[in-house]
This record gives sequence, structure tokens and C-alpha cells, in this order.
Amino acid sequence: MSVEQRLKEIALSESGFVFDPVTGLTFSVSPTGLFILERLRDGKDADGVIEALREEFDTTDRNDLVRDLNEFLRALKEQGILPRDSEV
Amino acid sequence: MREDLHVAVTGLNATDNPGPGVSVMRALRHARDFNGELVGLAYDTLDPGLYCADLDLMAAFLLPYPDQGADALLARLSYIHERTRIDVLIPTLDSELPALISLEDDLQRLGIRTFLPTRAQLDLRAKTQLMGLGESAEINVPRGETVNDAATLFEIHQRVSYPLVIKGIFYGATICHTADEAVAAFHRTAAIWGLPVIAQQYYEGEEYDVVAVGDGRGGLVGAVPMRKTTFTDKGKGWAGVAVKDPMLLELTRRFMAATSWRGPCEVEILKTPKGRYLLLEINPRFPAWTYLSVGAGQNLPWAVARLAMGERVEPFSGFKAGAMFVRIALDQLASIEDFEALATSGEKVR
Repeated sequence: MSVEQRLKEIALSESGFVFDPVTGLTFSVSPTGLFILERLRDGKDADGVIEALREEFDTTDRNDLVRDLNEFLRALKEQGILPRDSEV
Repeated sequence: MREDLHVAVTGLNATDNPGPGVSVMRALRHARDFNGELVGLAYDTLDPGLYCADLDLMAAFLLPYPDQGADALLARLSYIHERTRIDVLIPTLDSELPALISLEDDLQRLGIRTFLPTRAQLDLRAKTQLMGLGESAEINVPRGETVNDAATLFEIHQRVSYPLVIKGIFYGATICHTADEAVAAFHRTAAIWGLPVIAQQYYEGEEYDVVAVGDGRGGLVGAVPMRKTTFTDKGKGWAGVAVKDPMLLELTRRFMAATSWRGPCEVEILKTPKGRYLLLEINPRFPAWTYLSVGAGQNLPWAVARLAMGERVEPFSGFKAGAMFVRIALDQLASIEDFEALATSGEKVR
């Protein structure tokens, strides 16, 4: 299952509350986390998400963004939100 | 179906390890088409469901304990039927089922309808038969065996490795890491529930439970899977959320197809961290959290009442994932007169 398909299963609220209807687990993510999840659900890959983050948050340090995004993706996989073997 | 349907429900003990009766009756009260009366059947004068004003019980009666046998139960139900009429009886405790299944024809003759599994179906899902059921239904089941002798636990590791779970034939589960722990659990369990005891391989994972109703012909009338989100110190679910994992429904369908299960049940499934699904148990009655099925859009107790009355019930087509339940313990006000009636005559009729 692709990341995009998987994230379409997940209920994301505007407050950053995340409900996984398959496992019943719930999470809260920051506004930035919500921004990333929404972009992934729209089908963006890692480069697309980083570009979107740079535009949205006016950040120039791409290395920081890559590191933070990878950390967030790792957490999503650990929590079962993204398939462990998925590539973004 | 008659407008003034009388439905009797058992299992009104609603403690921190509640029986399912209150949950089942609340679901019936919630059904838009149910305009009838509820009759509470209990074993103890202080079973909390007897005093639940929201249920608006027309009558409540004490039953003889299951160990008094089927004849005593039939005599009591005949009396209750004369007093208040019972159109449908929904038992909710495992220990009641053997006698009630054996009495199904007698009850039918009286005009009391049930929607229960057959004795053969009941035996198929017994804890001692679970591995065989797993094979016939193509469902993975933890390796295990029945144990009649504590000495077996010193050599069982050759077939079922520790840690393992020692289970009573009806109830109770203890995780054991060594043979000494297993022997202690064996004696404790056998003292309460008798022999045999079941020793089952222990697996880490998330437990999911499915409340389901089978149509008796291999089909599924409805099913709502749930993940417990809060537990009591006894390990019982105190809150939960309906989930939509297709595999849980598929395994439930396979169980129904393999057994032609008739009536309600609870399917307990463990999902391991590697994504493997293992059937832990089939409870042959509604679970205590059945009311969640109403919140999820499937009023399964009402479906069972209608099926018992011989109505055609279309299978439910879906449910709302994310529906939640959160249990509460509260103090009900009760009258000494109601207690007196139950304590002295074993009945309370409105």
C-alpha cells in the first residue's frame, strides 16, 4: 500500500488530532506535523514536502528540513501510521 | 412482530468485571422499533442491573444457579413465563448456554424463543477445541494443549515454549514464564474452574475483540471490531474504540462460515507486532461492551431479538469506525422495597 493510500485511510482533523481507524490508535501532531501529513496525503514525495515547507515557513536551511522530516517519518513508521517498508 | 414484545435478558451483574446483560438491554431500549418490555433475570438480589432505572424493567426474577441443572431452570422459566410472558430470551453468560441449548425445544413449546448456537457449535469453539477450529476455519491459533496433570507442565516446553498462558476452561488467564509459575497457576485455575486447564503459547501484541452475530447458515448478520483503550487492574476493558481492520472482519467471517454459528459471540484476536493475526478465543455470547455496537450503527441485540422471533434480518453493511465507549461506575439509588421483594420472593414485578 502506498503512503498516499495509507494516509487516505487515516482521519486527520484541523486540530492535528489523528485517528487510525484500522488500529484504533490516536495521536496529536503539531501544526507542522499536520502540514506534512496533509502534503503526503496529497501525493507529494519527500522533495515535494520539503519545498512546501520552505515556502510555507520561509526556511532556507534545507539540511535541517531534511533531518526533521526524516525524524518525523521515522516516528510515523514506528507508530504504524506509515508502512514500515514504505518510501517517501 | 407483536408491538408489546417481552424480552428477557440474563447477566445483570454490572461490577468492575461486568456481565453483558445491562449492555444488551440498553441496546434494546435504544432500538427505535422496540416498544416492548424488558425482563431482567439475575442470580443475586444485589446484581446492579436489577436496580437500573434507565432500563425500566417490567419485572426482575432470580434464577437458579446453572449447577442446579436444566430441570430447575426450566421450572423457573415456566413460572416466570406464566407471570410476565417471555417472547424472547437472550442469555449472556457462558455457563447458562449448555442448559438453555438443551431446553430450546421445551422453551419453544412454551412460546419462549431463543437464537442460540447448537450444542455442536458451542463445542466447536470450546477452548479445548480451538486448534482444531483454527485448522478447519483457516485461522491461525496459538499453539496449545489441554492439561489434566500438573506434571505435564514440566515437559510441555518440548511442544509449547514458555512463556505460556494458563487458562481456565471457562474463564481466567495467567501468563507464566516458568514451569513453577505454570504449576501454581494450574492449581489455582483448576480449583476454581475444574479440569482440564488450557496451556497456550503466549504472544506479544495488541488484542482486538469483535462482537458479531451469525445467522446460523454460515453467514454474518453483523460485526463490530473494537480495540480496548483503557483497562482495569483486572485487565478488563474500561474504554474502547470501534476499528475498521478488514482482517478482523475476514477472520470473523471465516469463523461463521466454518461453524454456521447461530447467535451472538465475541471473537478475540491478537495482532502481533509482525502483523500476524491469532485467534485467542470465541466467547459464545454478547460481550459486556455490546452497547458500542449501537454507537457504531449496528444494534446487534435488537437483530438477535428479531431473528429469535423468526424475522428476516438483512446483514448490516457497515459501521462507524471511531465510535467509542467509556465505562462509568456510579451509585444508583435503590429502594428497600425492591430489595425486599427480590430477597424474600426472588421477584419484583412492576
